[in-house]
Amino acid sequence: MKTLTQNDAPIYDALKQFQKKRVVPFDVPGHKRGKGNPELKELLGEQCVSNDVNSMKPLDNLCHPVSVIRDAEKLAAEAFGAANAFFMVGGTTSAVQSMILSVCKRGEKIILPRNVHRSVINAMILNGAHPVYVNPDVDKRLGIPLGMKISQLERAMKENPDAKAVLVNNPTYYGICSDLRSIVKLAHTHGMKVLADEAHGTHFYFGENLPVSAMAAGADMAAVSMHKSGGSLTQSSFLLTGSEVNAGYVRQIINLTQTTSGSYLLLSSLDISRRNLAIRGKEEFFKVVGKARYAREEINRIGDYYAYSKELINGDSIFDFDETKLSVYTLDVGLAGIEVYDLLRDEYDIQIEFGDIGNILAYISIGDQQKNIERLVGALSEIRRRFRKDKAGMLTQEYLAPKVAVTPQEAFYAEKESLPMMETKGRICSEFVMCYPPGIPILAPGEEITSDILQYIQYAKEKGCSMTGTEDPAIERLNVLKGV
Amino acid sequence: MEIWFSENHTDDVKLSIRVDRQLYSVQSDYQRIDVFDSKEFGRVLTLDGYVMMTERDEFIFHEMLVHVPMAVHPNVRKVLIIGGGDGGVVRELSHYPEIESIDLVELDPLLVEVCKKYLPNTSCRMDEKRLHLYCTDALRFVRSKENEYDLIIVDSTDPFGPGEILFTKEFYGNCYKALKEDGIMIHHNESPFYMEEAAWCQRIHKRVCDIFEESAVYQAHLPTYPSGHWLFGFASKKYHPLNDLAPEKWNMRGIHTRYYTTRLHQGAFALPAYVEEMLREVEEY
Repeated sequence: MKTLTQNDAPIYDALKQFQKKRVVPFDVPGHKRGKGNPELKELLGEQCVSNDVNSMKPLDNLCHPVSVIRDAEKLAAEAFGAANAFFMVGGTTSAVQSMILSVCKRGEKIILPRNVHRSVINAMILNGAHPVYVNPDVDKRLGIPLGMKISQLERAMKENPDAKAVLVNNPTYYGICSDLRSIVKLAHTHGMKVLADEAHGTHFYFGENLPVSAMAAGADMAAVSMHKSGGSLTQSSFLLTGSEVNAGYVRQIINLTQTTSGSYLLLSSLDISRRNLAIRGKEEFFKVVGKARYAREEINRIGDYYAYSKELINGDSIFDFDETKLSVYTLDVGLAGIEVYDLLRDEYDIQIEFGDIGNILAYISIGDQQKNIERLVGALSEIRRRFRKDKAGMLTQEYLAPKVAVTPQEAFYAEKESLPMMETKGRICSEFVMCYPPGIPILAPGEEITSDILQYIQYAKEKGCSMTGTEDPAIERLNVLKGV
Repeated sequence: MEIWFSENHTDDVKLSIRVDRQLYSVQSDYQRIDVFDSKEFGRVLTLDGYVMMTERDEFIFHEMLVHVPMAVHPNVRKVLIIGGGDGGVVRELSHYPEIESIDLVELDPLLVEVCKKYLPNTSCRMDEKRLHLYCTDALRFVRSKENEYDLIIVDSTDPFGPGEILFTKEFYGNCYKALKEDGIMIHHNESPFYMEEAAWCQRIHKRVCDIFEESAVYQAHLPTYPSGHWLFGFASKKYHPLNDLAPEKWNMRGIHTRYYTTRLHQGAFALPAYVEEMLREVEEY
């Protein structure tokens, strides 16, 4: 058998071979290469629906890979410098959850910053782990949560020596990185595992002069959103593990919740994207950085907007900055980030990644064309000319330190009652409230509701943030613990 | 030997021109540029397979882009041309001695070179002393301009491909900003006839209407453009294309034209009923 290299794409090749054989399908999916669903075939194209096939011997099986999927996972592990790589088809959400379910169980502690994605806390609802939050540092002007300070982390570890693991965002949605190498060193001396949420950091593995990747920093597990900067299809992702992690156990954990009908559209897209990144990643991300830098300079030239970058680095809570992230502070224009986000879409047909209270984020990637960058900058300049307001009365985004009363699991499953939101002050919340995106909870199950938090939610709603998480679709009522 | 150039005007309609011989073909950084000779239309320039101009009928739109605003605005000193690397707009503008400077922004430097070489009748005034050529992205260029131009002529015909950006709201808005308080912007407004282009026609008109105080559409007959019926937009901060027209003054200049007359100017703004209705639909909305 030939040795595989990064130029190979085993799943892709197997699909191609399979197509040539013209095998008669008497298995699922029932649309049978699209013939049973002509409208779907018309929408997605024949090529696409004919590759939507089931697991079978020549194509391997995601639940227990022994041939082409295993080969593809080996190549991915090699490309990312990991001991093992797992193909995930339930989004980076499922990769994040698998990390947490792999390292701790009911009653065990995990140290993490509060500005984590909801999937992290969801995993704790599933397994009953106890979160120990390290409050992230906050940039006063920008109002964004930063990375973890080493001193704060050290204190959390001393106070919770029994914690099983530390979770780190690498980077945050805004592009901010903590000192991952020091965190790994510190955690390992305390016998804790390090998990990295790299939903926004795929490119760190391939680009030059970018922040350090989790595997290079010695982290034990990383959830990598290939579908974000990696170029694969939505919902496809990698879970990476280091040498000290039992890969067989991780596979079992993944199989607790992952589908047994892994989509070959997603799997092949991961395989092809990994090959692209391994072969062309370096030059592609060099171009992405160049585009983001250009856009940043042009946006800063408009006036009032602040597109920030490496100048923020402070050696600790902003240890490094991901230059591909085009994060822009908008409050000096007199507009909330979410307002600029809405104007870009409604007035200029430009959809950006998210807008929060004080910032917007435009996602720059391997697919961007120069002329569209010009459109984005041109539209921002127009928004300033047409809609600029006095800054007075604008709420700066704040980081609201959570008060954890009970574990997420206890709160979620506890007896609860529904109250109008403004009457919930002092109670313990049993559900999430968040703006989506970015999907970082304002309130999580088990946390005490304060007047600051209520005010913030009101304001975010007024400004047009799309709020999610509560049982009440209108987000007017909140579920709180009964009798507490 | 028979060679035919064909351009699809819709999925089901095409225009074909018999090619006498192909003179040039190149893929630039931005587009494919082709030049050929034909018996009926003379020399033809195509970009990405779409006719940009032919020697036979280019006078029509170049005259209509330039003389309509020049007969209205009483005092044009500084002009910006977007696109128009073929030089046709410059040629028409060169008839006006009072113009002090013409900035021409054309993304593709190779296009300018090709036109100079193969379309001498159109690009004959590209050596104008008043002309400054900038090969850069147009949106980027106008972004930094404020209160600077009396007249902006956007000579780009297709709302797809490299010129796509010149049909966006952000581009028109930045042009508004770049104009002086009595400035005029002239732009292509597509053809109203075929469905797909008619939708663009409405979209463009709506975008311009939302930004400019005054916005009117006028027409011309252009044999090589889809359906042969072509629209232009007259957008201005102050002047009305008919109320502020000064026919005597313009006629006194004695400029020789083959399509434009001040009488035609007045008629060009009288649109067919279905076009009026189509435009009104987006104006009211």
